[in-house]
Amino acid sequence: MKLPIYMDYSATAPVDPRVAEKMCGYLAPDGVFGNPASRSHQFGWAADDAVEQARRDVAALINADPKEIVWTSGATESDNLAIKGAAHFYQKRGRHIVTCKTEHKAVLDTCRQLEREGFEVTYLDPEPNGLIDLKKLEVALRDDTILVSIMHVNNEIGVIQDIPAIGELTRGRKILFHVDAAQSAGKVPLDMGVMKVDLLSMSGHKIYAPKGIGALYVRRKPRVRLEAQMHGGGHERGMRSGTLPTHQIVGMGEAFRIAGEEMPQENDRIRSLRNRLWDGLKSMEEVYLNGDLDQRVAGNLNVSFAFVEGESLIMALKDIAVSSGSACTSASLEPSYVLRALGREDELAHSSIRFTIGRFTTEEEVDYVSELVRTQVTRLRELSPLWDMFKEGVDLKSVQWAAH
Amino acid sequence: MAYSDKVLDHYENPRNVGTLDTKESNVGTGMVGAPACGDVMRLQIQVNDEGVIEDAKFKTYGCGSAIASSSLLTEWVKGKTLEEAQQIKNTEIAEELALPPVKVHCSVLAEDAIKAAVDDYAAKQNQDKE
Repeated sequence: MKLPIYMDYSATAPVDPRVAEKMCGYLAPDGVFGNPASRSHQFGWAADDAVEQARRDVAALINADPKEIVWTSGATESDNLAIKGAAHFYQKRGRHIVTCKTEHKAVLDTCRQLEREGFEVTYLDPEPNGLIDLKKLEVALRDDTILVSIMHVNNEIGVIQDIPAIGELTRGRKILFHVDAAQSAGKVPLDMGVMKVDLLSMSGHKIYAPKGIGALYVRRKPRVRLEAQMHGGGHERGMRSGTLPTHQIVGMGEAFRIAGEEMPQENDRIRSLRNRLWDGLKSMEEVYLNGDLDQRVAGNLNVSFAFVEGESLIMALKDIAVSSGSACTSASLEPSYVLRALGREDELAHSSIRFTIGRFTTEEEVDYVSELVRTQVTRLRELSPLWDMFKEGVDLKSVQWAAH
Repeated sequence: MAYSDKVLDHYENPRNVGTLDTKESNVGTGMVGAPACGDVMRLQIQVNDEGVIEDAKFKTYGCGSAIASSSLLTEWVKGKTLEEAQQIKNTEIAEELALPPVKVHCSVLAEDAIKAAVDDYAAKQNQDKE
């Protein structure tokens, strides 16, 4: 086993070696390096063939028509194009948007920008398990609502929203539905033939393709129109100009093809590793799982270790790459807004660690991490005055703390 | 975030971790910070008849810098008079540990902790006199 151990697959994943090998054929002079938009020679035609094959592979994973796939630089760009593009195009119909407080910043900050432009945005509170109450969503919909944007799988706590049910609600009212599927494409089944989703953001690098490539699904029936955010040569049917990065696109296509083939077995393996890790940790005292355990993507485990501060725990876990909801790991000194939106006390948000397991995680690594976390949490609790007080039976909520 | 070697040393080998008996009249306890803010420091000092701090213990809930700041503080206050200990400035702690600007508040907390511990000790002494 090699150290350090990577358990931050929700941040990014390494490129699958099969994907990397395929990409290498689209870069150098003896490879397919042409501009896919070049219509006058075979360098261009070959590149275009590769791009279209990848488009079919990406479309196949979500059961869409290849013509519904628009290449972007990643899920952030896809979110921007979907939300701003739809809002701008349909603003005469209404200027109200509904989203959720636990969305990724790529959605939340895009909505903030639209608020500055005069749009009105409703930010739903999730339930304590991280899931959206559909009744609350329904109540938030208005006659002037043009768009609902809800993520499929949350990046911090891994919970899976009920996308089919939300799609029924929005389609019935002719409201567009955008889904940020950055964390779910290739990990949770997606079927555009069944799900009433109008726009779906996808990322390459979360599913073993390289960083810097993503896609946006734009439904054709019923047709969804977008105002372009990037202008230029009219690539991607005018929705997103810019020379297509053939090697990146080939990488994403191959990664999505592999994911489509291997998803069921891979999810079983990853889920059993995740459960093994949780079994190893949950027997400790005062350990809390953040987010619903059942409606949850296979590789995610987000745990709060009460009375231990997350950043100091990450320091203690220096041979393990994980992330924390602690304020101290962010520049803003604010604890995770996702955990706060669940109604978790700030104390528990500060104490949270996100473990995300992926394709190359082994059982041996999981056991090492489990053992190390137990040892270090115990050590840091021995250093913690809060643990002392807890053990003495002091109710920490009754103490008057001097907030600073 | 990259930590200085001194922070890492104090974090990995914290000095003077522990608890003194709060009820003893020669022990002063200072507890500062709040769990919701992500750091709580408890600093305790044991003072001899000459007004010199002869022992100091701490426990800290917080990030590596907070743990290192309190560990360093216990080293510094030992052997100092109460007056000298109160003169310790957060800037000296921040400088010694090479804390980045975003972590300076940890050193402020340490300065608050020693002041609170000395105040607690002084309050106990006054009570004894009454």
